Amino acid sequence: MRVLAAMSGGVDSAVAAALAVEAGHDVVGVHMALSRNRDQFRTGSRGCCSIEDAGDARRAADVLGIPYYVWDLSETFEETVVADFLSEYSAGRTPNPCVRCNEHIKFEALLDKATALGFDAVATGHYARIETHEADDGTRTPELHRSPNDAKDQSYVLAVMGRERLARSMFPLGGFASKDEVRAEAERRGLSVSAKPDSYDICFVADGDTRGFLRSRLGEQPGEVRDTDGNVVGEHQGAYAYTVGQRKGLGLGKPAPDGRARYVVDVDTSSNTVVVGAAELLSVDRIAGQKAVWLAAAPDDWTACEVQVRAHGRAVPAHARAVPGPDGAASGLEVRLGEQLRGVAAGQSVVVYRGTHVLGQATVTRAWRDASALAGASGTGS
Amino acid sequence: MTVTTTEAPGAYLDHAATTPMSPAALEAFVAEAGRTGNASSLHSAGRAARRVVEESRESAAAALGARPSEVIFTGGGTEADNLAIKGIFWGRRSQDPRRRRVLVSAVEHHAVLDPAFWLAGHAGADITLLPVDGEGRLDLDALTDELAAHGDEIALVSVMWANNEVGTLQPVREVARIAHRHGVPVHTDAVQAVGQVEVDFAASGVDALTVTGHKLGGPVGVGALLARRDLPLEAVSHGGGQERGVRSGTLDVAAIRSFAVALREAVDARGERATALADLRDVLVAGVRRVVPDAVLRGPAPDATTPSGDMARLPANAHFTFPGAEGDSLLYLLDSAGVQASTGSACQAGVPQPSHVLLAMGVEETDARGALRFSLGASSTRDDVDRLLEALPGVAERARAAGLVSTRPGGVA
Repeated sequence: MRVLAAMSGGVDSAVAAALAVEAGHDVVGVHMALSRNRDQFRTGSRGCCSIEDAGDARRAADVLGIPYYVWDLSETFEETVVADFLSEYSAGRTPNPCVRCNEHIKFEALLDKATALGFDAVATGHYARIETHEADDGTRTPELHRSPNDAKDQSYVLAVMGRERLARSMFPLGGFASKDEVRAEAERRGLSVSAKPDSYDICFVADGDTRGFLRSRLGEQPGEVRDTDGNVVGEHQGAYAYTVGQRKGLGLGKPAPDGRARYVVDVDTSSNTVVVGAAELLSVDRIAGQKAVWLAAAPDDWTACEVQVRAHGRAVPAHARAVPGPDGAASGLEVRLGEQLRGVAAGQSVVVYRGTHVLGQATVTRAWRDASALAGASGTGS
Repeated sequence: MTVTTTEAPGAYLDHAATTPMSPAALEAFVAEAGRTGNASSLHSAGRAARRVVEESRESAAAALGARPSEVIFTGGGTEADNLAIKGIFWGRRSQDPRRRRVLVSAVEHHAVLDPAFWLAGHAGADITLLPVDGEGRLDLDALTDELAAHGDEIALVSVMWANNEVGTLQPVREVARIAHRHGVPVHTDAVQAVGQVEVDFAASGVDALTVTGHKLGGPVGVGALLARRDLPLEAVSHGGGQERGVRSGTLDVAAIRSFAVALREAVDARGERATALADLRDVLVAGVRRVVPDAVLRGPAPDATTPSGDMARLPANAHFTFPGAEGDSLLYLLDSAGVQASTGSACQAGVPQPSHVLLAMGVEETDARGALRFSLGASSTRDDVDRLLEALPGVAERARAAGLVSTRPGGVA
């Protein structure tokens, strides 16, 4: 197969490219330039977007003996991932830019361009497995599964890509149980990125200061912080910078009358108000989502499953069903949780699993507590 | 050990980026690189090295219509451009503090534009970009107007001899004539021109001229700034002051000699070579238009001449935009078919940005994205062009399909 290896300059994508080469594929390395004004050197724990990172990717391609190109996807990145990031925070929601990047950049702009240029697949360094399911009639469909590496598993941020794109994707690191193994593979091949630190931060927020980035792009919008009774308890410089479930950085001078920790329980951008309250207000057992993407058959009726609402969160038992949404027949999602979750913010992705198998995902529109639900959730599976 | 030049594999159509060293230049380089001697040393080894440098200086000067004392060897074109822009600005301004304006054409190479804008940010310079017409040729009326309005505030004018992307030749002699009426010195970056068109420093009337080795069969990392002896020129890097007190650093004898050999060869062979290059370029241009009829040639027509009867375009350059395609797709597809071309001027991170040259010529940004430059050199053959023409129809079609995909704003997967 002709395979385009997306190479960020990190160790994972370098080893993924190496494995694609060794599997006998005809591999070309491509580094995506996602910013027009790139820093010379890598800073902090970012690992993808500086010129130094592009150079690391180039050196890895040299060692593997594959052609290497830089493709400029900065405009699409700005129009999709960064624009979504800003508009979601502006609307009081909590976006996951890595999900949007997989949705719009890696598995759309890059994959579609690669396909048009004659590539059969795009290989990335994601930790997730693609398994081929063969039906009785012989039709083969790819399934997305969790990586055996629990700490690194990225199936959560990949679920958005959809089934058709999964068929054109390769995750050569899918079988690796630990990052150390990947580093060892890199070292064994003489890839100089073997000891490069992991990256965690949002790649386009240079110094990891998300609030500062939002302020620079959205401007200061001073407003009030209120408690759940409506009392003003503080001020903020922009409601967009707060996320439901947040405890740190609220800057509230006085402690709550009952002395208990206060959390952001609501971000109301229409009144530019941040509402704080006690931890238990964050606990929810119902989630509604939209823009659902199903990698397996959409469940028309309540189906036992597990759901995960954060990239490195835990999956909890639940029942889910697809419902009609604004974008089509099964674009809505309803979830009844088998146990309460705290701090589920609108804008996050909710991913539906059965075991290791990713069934689908949706974007959270609402999360709430249904007083009568706890008992019901586990019993309404039929 | 035998040292030879190695042809780039496949059809190499990027001689404007760099062109192979000539066998004579390589031989000279290797012979000198094996010798010991600092050209600034006073003993016999030093004198031997110095002699090679001075013979090279005389040879280079003769090849370019300059005096030996006007040749300042540098580490290449970028260094020579920086020395010219910053050195003349500082030199002229210290003579006359009012002179803080710098006029540069909008289509200059970054080695001229960036030092100019650096001066604006760090030394109080005021930069004016002189406009060009749709073929990339300087608007002389705009220059005349600027000089008429601010002549006594202008420190220097810099207009390249030939554009590196679209191959347009500039009216450098006229620029010098107009600027000198106001006492304004003129620099020209002739990196792409030397060896392709006649470049005579004295006859051109300019005060400073940049030339580099690796575009004409010499080694990378050596070049020269020709500078009239009465030109006020401050040093940019300081040290031993080996070259006229304005350029420091131990002289690279091997590179200088090799450069001088290549320069002599390129200038001697120019007439014959330019005719052959222009013929091959005409085959290339006609062929591209035949196999991709909507490809647009940028810059002057191959047979165009200026009002004064000079050639309007470099003989070795052909530059096209391919509507609906992106340069990086075209480059990748051609490269995988064994044809090496450029999207324009290479940049540090390897990201093709929309060319400032095309934008200055009034090309729409969407069209500028689909730019490809084909540049020929002494080793180019008909076979190279045929390989391009064979690959190009499929490449253009596929790149267009990919262009439509990747320029679509993101939707739902």
